[in-house]
Amino acid sequence: MNFILQPWPWYVAGPIIAFSMYLMFFFGKKLGVSSNLETVCAMGGAGKIVDFFKLDWKKNKWNLAFIVGLILGGFVSHQWLTPDQSIALNPQTVQDLSDIGIVNAGSTYLPDEVFGSDAMSSLKGFLILISAGILIGFGSRYAGGCTSGHGIVGLSNFSVESYIAVTGFFIGGLFMTWVILPYLFNL
Amino acid sequence: MKYIKFLLVGVLFGVTLSKAEVISWYRIYEMFKLQSFHMYGVIGSAVAVSIILMYLFKNKKLKTYKGQIIHVSAKKKGLARNLIGGTIFGLGWALGGACPGPMYILVGKGVMSILIVLFGAHVGAFLYHAVKHKLPH
Repeated sequence: MNFILQPWPWYVAGPIIAFSMYLMFFFGKKLGVSSNLETVCAMGGAGKIVDFFKLDWKKNKWNLAFIVGLILGGFVSHQWLTPDQSIALNPQTVQDLSDIGIVNAGSTYLPDEVFGSDAMSSLKGFLILISAGILIGFGSRYAGGCTSGHGIVGLSNFSVESYIAVTGFFIGGLFMTWVILPYLFNL
Repeated sequence: MKYIKFLLVGVLFGVTLSKAEVISWYRIYEMFKLQSFHMYGVIGSAVAVSIILMYLFKNKKLKTYKGQIIHVSAKKKGLARNLIGGTIFGLGWALGGACPGPMYILVGKGVMSILIVLFGAHVGAFLYHAVKHKLPH
């Protein structure tokens, strides 16, 4: 039981992720999280403004059940399976973050400077969070998938499109991390 | 009730991404700083095992629970769509430290501020479909 409460190593997590992908196919569907964004927009009546969202969202109930499961999984893990919330980061990462103004990196799952209540209620903090969301939503639907659909399903299916998309994920991610973030947090 | 199986797969996926710290903003930063193998190990081993599964799907060794052949639908073709869309997604992934799966998992973890990111993601998906006829694909 004790090993469940420890952080899970990559060689445990990766195969379980692959097994989850298999289970979705086994049940006749396909793993992909970001398409739920469109489903929820359609549920909310976005079809009145943009024709695309006139889609029959009821066909995607299975995927909504999956994201409800994600939320439950996050709750279960937080409440009962993670007694120690610290993350064993590379000391160099902790130093680099400290240099751009993010202190105590790794003491919890998330930096207070981005997700804390002071950050989310400040204009700058709010703009960071909402911008991150808009980029994620816009980009994933433009590319037709995110880390699950392109990253896991697409790469393993040797889909050329997914190799291009994941190359894009890293172009954007490296640019944000190396160029924009230091500037942003030092503002 | 027929959807409960998808909910349970979601719970497994959610617990795994939580326990492997994939939902941590810091782990994403560390990955893009190329300072840890952890995230590459998670994604790499997931893809490696999935390659074997895909092979078994194509050889019809693994089928759906109804005994049907598993067919993996192709992604939409287009260099601009995948490269530009992927790059925009990457910017958001590194800024928010979460991709779509972890956003929902963090809601369950009780992180209030992730709701702003999640709301933004819906706005982003909406905006894409509102302007997509003007974009290169």
